[in-house]
Amino acid sequence: MRRPLRWLIPAAALPVLGLLAYGFRVNPHDIPTPLIDRPAALFALASYDGPPMNLEAHRGHVVVLNFWASWCHPACYEEAPVLERNWQAYRDRGVVVLGVDIQDKPEAGRQFINTFGLTFPNALDPVGKVSVDYGVYGVPETFFIDGKGRVRAKHVGAVTDAAFRREVEQLLAER
Amino acid sequence: MTRPARVLILVVLVLAAPALAQLPATNVDDTQLYEVASYLRCVVCQNLSVADSPSEMALQMRGIVREHLAAGESPEQVIQYFVDKYGEWILLSPRRHGFNWLVWLAPAAAVAVGLTIFVVVVRRWTRRRAHATATPVPIDPAMRERIRREMDMESDR
Repeated sequence: MRRPLRWLIPAAALPVLGLLAYGFRVNPHDIPTPLIDRPAALFALASYDGPPMNLEAHRGHVVVLNFWASWCHPACYEEAPVLERNWQAYRDRGVVVLGVDIQDKPEAGRQFINTFGLTFPNALDPVGKVSVDYGVYGVPETFFIDGKGRVRAKHVGAVTDAAFRREVEQLLAER
Repeated sequence: MTRPARVLILVVLVLAAPALAQLPATNVDDTQLYEVASYLRCVVCQNLSVADSPSEMALQMRGIVREHLAAGESPEQVIQYFVDKYGEWILLSPRRHGFNWLVWLAPAAAVAVGLTIFVVVVRRWTRRRAHATATPVPIDPAMRERIRREMDMESDR
């Protein structure tokens, strides 16, 4: 075989190997959202505790919009106390936490809220419209919305105290 | 029918025409629904379309597709709605533009390169074999003498 042709076969494999190496370095769960810096989709849902949960009513506040489900174990169970703790800490500074329960049974969702003693508004998304409007592909996912109603950040997985404070403090500083 | 009545009907029809044109389609063809859903990735599944997945999320997404089609949106508009929310990741097949062409053309290019290499190698082998059978390799007289001697020695043993 001539010299150029002898090198052609391994050379042809190089791009494939490069692509594989890149693929192994990328987290398949880390799917970028196109919603950042775009207006947050408005919604109105019947909340578990009665009054309607309307995003528009919170314009001017920093909104932490959390998507969860009672069957999402352990991540949603880990972050529920974090959300409640930070909601209590920041509610007087104009921060609102809203929970949207997706693909769930109302009884199971209500039990989850009671188990963790959640006091921030929570609502069931009965037909999945709100979760699709936010491009949710798993739970938990949390969106941080600024006072102008724009999505500014998305957190995939259980929210930690540090992540909550970092995002919220940044949005509060901008007001 | 009197003339004023006819004029009245005509005026009503003219005024109502835009509204009638925008009336949502009440019935959504299941074939069209399946076709649109088959372009969309089920977000909680592994390589399954919204049309094929039995998951609750896919069921809800099919409901949203149906709702948009019933509102009179075209299949392209419905697909664009999902792309606006999830990005092009939501499409099972990437759109044919820009860098995406690499995904579409790379397999064809790989097959073409593979076939070329295969053809070149096979042709070279067959040509070499044909050459070997057609023209016997000339043997050096000294080598021929040595072989003869060694064969004689073998037969003497």
